[in-house]
Order: sequence, then structure tokens, then C-alpha cells
Amino acid sequence: MSRIISRRGLLTAGAATLGSTLLTGCNRLFEGASMRPLLDFGQLMSWKAHRLLLAGQPLVREFTLADISPQFPPNGTEMPEGFEYFELLVSEFANWRLKVDGLVNKQLELSLDEIKALPGRTQITQHSCDEGWSAIGQWTGVPVAQLLKMAELKPEARYIVFHCLDQLEGESYYESIDLFDAFHPQTILAYGMNGKALPVQHGAPLRLRVERQIGYKNAKFVTRVEAVDRLGPIAGGKGGFWPDRGYQWYAGL
Amino acid sequence: MALSEQRAVSEPMIAAAVHARPAREIIYRHSIVVRLTHWLNALFLTLLLMSGLALFNVHPALYWGNYGYPGVPTVLTITGALDPETARPVGTTRIGDYSIDTTGILGVTYDANGRARPGAFPQWATGGLGLALARDWHFLAAWLFVINGTIYLLFGLFSGHFKRDLAPGRDQLRPRHILQDIGNHLRLRRPRGEAAKRYNVLQKLSYLVLIFVLLPAMLLSGLTMSPAATAAFPFLFDLFGGRQSARTIHFITANLLLIFVLVHVIQVLLFGVFNLMRSMITGRYVVKPERAT
Repeated sequence: MSRIISRRGLLTAGAATLGSTLLTGCNRLFEGASMRPLLDFGQLMSWKAHRLLLAGQPLVREFTLADISPQFPPNGTEMPEGFEYFELLVSEFANWRLKVDGLVNKQLELSLDEIKALPGRTQITQHSCDEGWSAIGQWTGVPVAQLLKMAELKPEARYIVFHCLDQLEGESYYESIDLFDAFHPQTILAYGMNGKALPVQHGAPLRLRVERQIGYKNAKFVTRVEAVDRLGPIAGGKGGFWPDRGYQWYAGL
Repeated sequence: MALSEQRAVSEPMIAAAVHARPAREIIYRHSIVVRLTHWLNALFLTLLLMSGLALFNVHPALYWGNYGYPGVPTVLTITGALDPETARPVGTTRIGDYSIDTTGILGVTYDANGRARPGAFPQWATGGLGLALARDWHFLAAWLFVINGTIYLLFGLFSGHFKRDLAPGRDQLRPRHILQDIGNHLRLRRPRGEAAKRYNVLQKLSYLVLIFVLLPAMLLSGLTMSPAATAAFPFLFDLFGGRQSARTIHFITANLLLIFVLVHVIQVLLFGVFNLMRSMITGRYVVKPERAT
């Protein structure tokens, strides 16, 4: 057997494989389950690379009042369905409480006024949707780190899950972030937007701002903050409403 | 040797020319690193382009500045809609204030069964990818493109490939030579002899623009769309004039890359597809001797 023949055989086999792949269509190649580990590896690379790049926890760029965009399109649910939310709304969230539980030493239940009384933070930042559009708004809220300190996070906690009041496709919206993002100074639960109370379509009374990630990570209508050691047991197991539907859990890009 | 020379003298002029012609020469043109990174780059750029067009289809509008969403003035939109009078699907491409009917090409395209499909770019160009998969493929291919490109850049720098093969010679930069080279391109003249042993000056300049301007601009404008990358490198906002400007520049640069690839492929077809393909696969390139004058 000469090397030329074996090389030619290899080329023929390669061409045949390529040809049949093209014939069965790009779609199957793109969506094939066999590609999933490779795509997951790409996600992991981005997540880990960003963690390295951001090791010093720099702040994202904050803009000035003049930079705020005239409109701010709402993502996802604009008005949660059901009587429960309607009741909260008409009572101006008087009976609404934020629960902080899971892997913490002290469970918390805070009213909106109690949250507003905590040391807060105001930031003008850019919101970017994975669809491609972006807007700039001003957010006022309490740093997630502040709540986690008050609740005394247990050492085995690895992720913070944000449970929401709204439902999409009949399932409750939720999102989750790792502790690296949870303890970033600009990761806040916002109750104010552009100098006013947070509007309903932007998640009243409380929404997450996780400024180093894409739009859908910024959960609205947050009602419960849960510290967990793994995401598997929650809902679809991928750590978020959209991640359960094939979207990336880490969405820093 | 002496015999053939003697015979040549006695035979007609044309035969003399044939005998006097030196044998065609085979040179080793492309190193294994250049060949491998070239084809991998072609594959990764194809994946990036297709998934990128799929991403554009999700929000087929480009803006300028920091923010942009429906209602903000656009640089470009590609939309499909039903004509209210005729109920015919119409694709419209709008650049600034200027609208063009692009039905069948952009905005509304027809599938193999002749059915009209809405969407800025046709399904064959986007691979039919939805948003989640398009993002996965785009970012995976971007990583592979960056790794492959880094290997090529390091090789080019340290092997002398950039200096030896891509930096124009001093003689090539003379205006007279450049004009002559433009003339050669316009007359589609194939290089022969010594001239075929190195890249011509237009070729060198376009490769340099590709490697050191277009591809880096592609990467950096892409990173400017990432909230995590811009947290690490906020100067990217200033470099491109905002996230939406970066998105627009990303799109324009992708188009320039596509034009480069089209011209590149047409030139390969015109200037000896077999020889050029062989040289990029095996490294070996046949230099044809100078034409007898």
C-alpha cells in the first residue's frame, strides 16, 4: 500500500462525507444533538474567559442623564396575568414581600419600604437584548450582595436564583447567576427606573439588574431570592426560563 | 545538450523558441501552517457569516450610537410585508432614507417550492438557525476563528512569512510598478517567471488589509456588543462610538469580507484554478516560464 493511495482514499472518503452532509442539509448539522457538547464547550470557554478577564470586578460603563434613551422597550412579560398581581398592584405592593431563602443562615422577608431603606445604589447603564437592540436607563435599587450579607450565605451556596411573579407559556419566569455576578457592586434589585418607581412593564415592584449579561438574565417581578448549590432540581434544570428553552445560561455576550 | 542546441539552430524559429524555453518550475509556495489555517479560516468564517446573518434576521435593523430599538432612526433595515393593495409579499431594503424593492433577494425570499418566506436574509444563507442556536454557533466559531488566527499571526511573525511573503518589496511600491500591476489585473494577465514567484503588490496590500484591518475590526466590533467584554475593555465603546455603531460596523465589515472572498475566488478561477488549489492543498505551485518575446 503506497501512501498516495491511502491519502487518496482518505480524500475520497472525506469528500463523500462532506457531500452527504451537504445533501442531508445544513440544518441537521447545525441542530444535531451530536453538536451539543461542542456548543456547550464554546459556552463554557466564554464563561471562564470572562471570569478571568473580569477577575478584578471592574464596573461596567455608567452613562450620564443625557445619555438615557427616550424609550426603553420592555422584554418579556409586560403585565403579569392573574388576580394575585392585580391585587398587589392596586394596593401599591403594601402586602408584597421579598423572600430571601435557601442556603442561608437567616431567612428574610422584606417589604418594599424595608428594601428602600437599605443602602442603595443608582446607576445609568446599557441594557442589551440578545436580539440586537439596546437601550439606556437609570436604575435605583439594593445590591444583591447587601441582601446576601444580611441573610448570611452558607459556604456551600454556589448560585443565586431569582423567582418571579410572572408566567410565560404557563410557566413561572426565573433566572440564576453565579456568586461572582451576585456579589458585583452593580448587580442590584431595582425598585426605581429613570428617577421614578419601577413601571409595571419593567417588572414592578422589583427587578434584577445584572449588568454584565444580556437582557433576559435581568429577571423582572422578582419575589424570591434563593441560594442553591446546584441548578438541576429547579424547573427545567438549566437555571432559567430561557436557558430551559435552549438559550445560554451564561449570557455575557 | 550540445546536440539539441545544434539542431535548434537548423530548425525553424518557432521550434527554437520551444527548445530554448526553460522547463516549468515547481516551487514550494505555502507552508503547512498557512495551508491549514487558511482552510480552517474559510470554514470558521463561513460558520460566522451564516450564523451572523441568522442573528441579523432576528432584528433586521442597524442603528448608530449607543442605543437603538424600533422607533429610533436606522442606518439600514431589511423588512418584509404584504402590500396592502395587491396582498403581494414585498421585501424592502432601506438605507438611510432611501428604499429599494428587494423582493426575492432580501426581506422576502422564495423557497424551493416557490413559497414566499419572510426574513431579511434567505434560509439557505442563514442555515435556518433560530436565535439560541445562531448565538451558540456564532460564539463557538468566533473562538475557533480567534485561536486559528492567533496561531497564524504568531507563525507569520516568527517564521518570517509576513516579512518575506506579504511585505511589499521596495521595487513593488514604486508608482510605476503599481500602475503596471493594476494594468496586469485589468488585462487579466497571468504572472509568469520570476513575477509569479512572489505575490503581486495589489495582492500583498489586500492580504495586509484583510489580516491587519478587516479581521481585527470584525473581532473588536463583535466584542463591543458583549456586556462582559465591554466591562473588561470599556475603551471599545469609544473606539466604535457605541454598542449600536459597533453592530453596524460589524455588519459593514462582514460585507467587505464577503466582497474580498468573492474577488478572491473569482481570481482563483481566472488565474489557474488547478495550480492555485493544488498550491493551497499540497503547497506546490507551478511557475510557468516567461513568454518568449
